[in-house]
Amino acid sequence: MQTTPLWWASDSFWRKMAIWITGGSFIVLIFLTFDTLSYITAGGKQVPGYAVINQRIDYRFDAGKNRYMPVIGPEEPLFGKVLGEAEAEALVAKGKLTTQAKNCMECHTLLGNGAYYAPDLTKAWLDPAWGSKEVREQTMVDFLMNPSDKLHNVVGRRMPRLGITEEEARATVAFLKWMSAIDTNGFPHNFKAMDQSDPVQAPPAAAEPVQPAPPADAVPAPAQQ
Amino acid sequence: MAALGIFDTANLNGGQRLAVKYFTVSLILFGAQILFGMLAGLQYLKPDFLYEVVDFSVNRTLHVNAMVVWLLYGFIGGVYWLLEDEAQHPVVGLWLGNLIFFILTLAVAVVVLVYLIIQVGPGEIESIWFINEGREYIEAPRWADIGIVVSVLVFFFNVAATFAKGRYTGVAGVLVADLLALFGLYLAGMFFTPNVSVDQFWWWWVIHLWVEATWEVLVGCIMAYMLIVTLGVRRKIVETWLYIEVALMFGSGILGLGHHYFWIGTPDYWLAIGGFFSALEPIPLVAMVVHAVFDSGVHKLRNSNHPALAWTIGQAAGNFFGAGVWGFMHTLPQINLYTHGTQWTPSHGHLAFFGAYSTAVIGFFYLAVQKSRGNVWMSGNIVGGWKWKWAMFWLWTGMIGMTVALLIAGYEQSQIERAMEGSTWMGYFAAQAHPWFTQAMNWRQISGWGFTLGYCLLVWDLLTIGKRETRPALAPQGEPATA
Repeated sequence: MQTTPLWWASDSFWRKMAIWITGGSFIVLIFLTFDTLSYITAGGKQVPGYAVINQRIDYRFDAGKNRYMPVIGPEEPLFGKVLGEAEAEALVAKGKLTTQAKNCMECHTLLGNGAYYAPDLTKAWLDPAWGSKEVREQTMVDFLMNPSDKLHNVVGRRMPRLGITEEEARATVAFLKWMSAIDTNGFPHNFKAMDQSDPVQAPPAAAEPVQPAPPADAVPAPAQQ
Repeated sequence: MAALGIFDTANLNGGQRLAVKYFTVSLILFGAQILFGMLAGLQYLKPDFLYEVVDFSVNRTLHVNAMVVWLLYGFIGGVYWLLEDEAQHPVVGLWLGNLIFFILTLAVAVVVLVYLIIQVGPGEIESIWFINEGREYIEAPRWADIGIVVSVLVFFFNVAATFAKGRYTGVAGVLVADLLALFGLYLAGMFFTPNVSVDQFWWWWVIHLWVEATWEVLVGCIMAYMLIVTLGVRRKIVETWLYIEVALMFGSGILGLGHHYFWIGTPDYWLAIGGFFSALEPIPLVAMVVHAVFDSGVHKLRNSNHPALAWTIGQAAGNFFGAGVWGFMHTLPQINLYTHGTQWTPSHGHLAFFGAYSTAVIGFFYLAVQKSRGNVWMSGNIVGGWKWKWAMFWLWTGMIGMTVALLIAGYEQSQIERAMEGSTWMGYFAAQAHPWFTQAMNWRQISGWGFTLGYCLLVWDLLTIGKRETRPALAPQGEPATA
């Protein structure tokens, strides 16, 4: 009867395998981490700089890549004020901090991670539920500050009042706008973003606004001609 | 307390006495997890229930954090339980271990009360330091993070030093290395950044590399000990299997981290890496099932503790189905695009955490009870043996019921909210209002009651099993009785 195990079934072989495989995998992970950080640092290949909140952000299907992609459009400053990169970062940071202090992630998902009691916030900035782009910012601020008396949905779930101040609400909106510009490899798929096209734009292909009417003063009626 | 009979700590060694303290808090927090889970589940059915009093977010925070802490307490208890046996040496720094136990438990109590009473803070960094970090699973405020790091360093020191002074076995080697990794990884979750992609990137280092790598190996170590003591499996066999499991677990799990990097702003090469390696992740779990079932068969199920062995086999099966099968079902990016962030995740999460971890800790509860009673008989025909079987039946039935109900809800959400409606606010609520979803939530709650019943039976059983038993424990046979 054989009493010593075959080499491939011995504990010393598998101990060495465990060490080498673990070490090897970890080294690959470290390498990939450095590479990935270059993509996800603000201003990197997939995560925009914070000043992107000065621009229109859209989310459309890209036929070339065969997935949805964020589209950075013309200047559309948040709350009508163009911010420098540092100011924008401070505002987004305040908003991010607010989402943590209010524990948003234990009802909502952010980038699809969190709890499932309330809608995903990845593209919340672009959600058609806010009405039109003219009223969106103020509607979001009002909602965040005092959500409990607002109409939410048919299932009766309501966001509670979390004591969010106006400053925190505006910062949160900035954070949500910035987050919507992250290239999330096509998640969520098939998202039907709010129509953000300028109502009085004659040539449909024009990228820059050619009409004098400033969008901030436009009447909140997206179908207006 | 006469009704409970005699629990005599004189039957235990120093490490085991400390382990019983950890197990006691662990069992209580298990109850807390169920309580807050039931409240959160009820809020799906009655949204106005406790609205603006104890909101869903508060209940769920307590539900998931109680789980993390009770399992960690169970693991720490499990390690202290086996430490002196395995090292053949008294625990080095036991007084420090006891001191840390009380400090850590006090800290846990304070954190829970703050979650429950203060709930949220202003959007300032102080809120993260003193109230709630607002990141799922690791909500513990920063002061508590630091306390956890100190506590676990003491724990690590006690374990490493005890093995160093005593017998340094193969199980010891894996355990010490794993604990070091486990505690080092926790540090990756202790910083604030405005960048949500960077935040979630490191957050997953903590969550995934804990739950799908270092926790799995830790459980592999304590279950290796379990098989040695209950079945009498030869150490060489158990340790060889442990190395195989470590190789397969880390070989698939470390880069399997990639399945969390599909949609958070990370580059798209993670779709291939995450998909490939997470497809391999069930393999070590299959190995564990083979190991547990094979060893039990070789020993003809002759073992010293029937409830503990039953939970051990349940652990192997639950780990395979919950973590392996349920994880794999939605891990490939092509399906995960639609399932990510739906009830698929809690379906998998419930079965995986229960199957892989709760079962292991419950198995150790039974080891502890047996020895506290004076190492009494816990094999066939235990006096009052119906209780552990019915506790097990209801816990498993309740868990499977919840898992399947949530899976149905997840399918429905993937189809209606994600594929058809494209994840807008309206799409989300269209799916939440659908009868397939609401029925599933009702079944989840009913199954939750079954699970709660199982928990009550479990507590009753742990407090009473063996109290009338006078026969000594069956001694497992040291060598397999095969030719």
